[in-house]
Amino acid sequence: MTSATDHEPARPRKILFYRHSIAVRLTHWLNVLCLSFLLMSGLQIFNAHPDLYWGQYGADADHSFISIGAVSDGDTIKGITRVGSISIPTTGVLGASTVGGELTPRAFPSWITIPGYQDLATGRRWHFFFAWFFVINGFVYLLYGLIAGHFRRDIVPARDQLTPQHLAHEIGEHARLRFPKGEEARRYNSLQKLTYMAVIFILLPLMVLTGLTMSPGFNAIFPWLLDVFGGRQSARTIHFITASLLVAFVVVHLAMVLVSGVWNNLRSMITGYYGLTVETGKETVK
Amino acid sequence: MKLELTRRRFLIGSSVAATGLLTGCDALVENAGVNDILQKAEALTMGSQRLLQAHAPLAREFTEADLSPTFKANGTQMPDSEDYARLMEGNFADWRLVVNGMVRTPLSLSLADLKAMPSRTQITRHDCVEGWSAIGKWTGVPLGLVLQKAGLAPGARYAVFYCADEYEKSLDGSGQYYESIDLIDAFHPQTILSYSMNGKDLEVAHGAPLRLRVERQLGYKHAKYLMRIELVDSFRGLWGGKGGFWEDRGYEWYAGI
Repeated sequence: MTSATDHEPARPRKILFYRHSIAVRLTHWLNVLCLSFLLMSGLQIFNAHPDLYWGQYGADADHSFISIGAVSDGDTIKGITRVGSISIPTTGVLGASTVGGELTPRAFPSWITIPGYQDLATGRRWHFFFAWFFVINGFVYLLYGLIAGHFRRDIVPARDQLTPQHLAHEIGEHARLRFPKGEEARRYNSLQKLTYMAVIFILLPLMVLTGLTMSPGFNAIFPWLLDVFGGRQSARTIHFITASLLVAFVVVHLAMVLVSGVWNNLRSMITGYYGLTVETGKETVK
Repeated sequence: MKLELTRRRFLIGSSVAATGLLTGCDALVENAGVNDILQKAEALTMGSQRLLQAHAPLAREFTEADLSPTFKANGTQMPDSEDYARLMEGNFADWRLVVNGMVRTPLSLSLADLKAMPSRTQITRHDCVEGWSAIGKWTGVPLGLVLQKAGLAPGARYAVFYCADEYEKSLDGSGQYYESIDLIDAFHPQTILSYSMNGKDLEVAHGAPLRLRVERQLGYKHAKYLMRIELVDSFRGLWGGKGGFWEDRGYEWYAGI
């Protein structure tokens, strides 16, 4: 299928190459499952006290700098989201949304929380189960990434990808939604690599550490985590902000999957094989 | 072509499955089998925290400067019973803490008895399961000393705390607030029976005359309005059988997370 004869003129041809190992594909999809349930159960937990503080303590009488609540408005209610001193009306989505046809005070709407109704105990049960699942899956991935050379080979940008000219060129190409073709498409582009690094090595570990910092049992074991994050309530706030950044990452990630060849991308993350067009005679197949 | 179709069918199939998963979440939530699996994580959490707490570390203690300006009162703020009203009227002079069950010597201790015992003062953070925290200063007698005074009978595994308040009105008494901890927490140095908060007698809203402080666990474990401590080998026969008011309503018995 891939042998080329020297006398043939070079012409483009499609090949499939093995891009994602089974370990990467499996941990990727398990991570999708875990993060989806963690997000939805996390918002259920947030709804039990939809105010965020900074420092060691924080409750009703203390100053919160992010708050999602409902206020009465005549004979109805309206949802208000407040960040610092800025209040934004968010009726219908945040603060007040319909449950069974009726506008109800709820920080995050029913369709995005698990369970759909208000039930902190169940939300916690789902959250902690999938937190364990996520941590174990994450460890398997990190171990694989280090031992099998996945990080070095696929995730850390190559030296030529980090030159200012190359980065400037890539930013320009991304802005036009043009993506590498041919041989260059065999590896992730540098913006992609840097983003994945930020998610793998910063955002996801931050979720775990800030989560653990909210546990009073864990505080007794590693009290220094309280100092790292500035207190339990700060850790809770960072947990929320980091989760929001992960949601933003997923939105961009999905958009990139869509615009850079949705079927090819999906096939590669399911079967491992990514298709690309190369000049005959030049391709190397693994 | 054939491969293409199969793949497409597979993808369509999985997106349908994904939508089904989201709208079917509440069905999953109510599935007993799913719940049993999810609950296994609690044993994992408790097991790993207990393993890492083998050296019995203390919860962080803060300074006076860290105290919450307002300590939020939560749960029952005023027990609604004639017995409690009478005790409160008498400034809790007639109140007694009963310690019984699997003990060698059952006790009946007045507030003065408890105050005459060695005390511990600690400034700690109180974490509600809802997500908020407040820092307060607590003084009380270490539970371990009271249990030593009573003497544990062989086989005692848990201390059950019976409270004066009925948090949920019920005909059968199932709304009575109660809690339980095991002996590891019961003998932890910061586990105290507190009669004073922020340098003053414990207020009614915070559990007067006596409440449990079990630092390293969430707020609902810190039972207020204590009336009786019973040593048991199992709490299976009590109300919902899960060892506490909130535990009977789906919350974790081990509330270290």
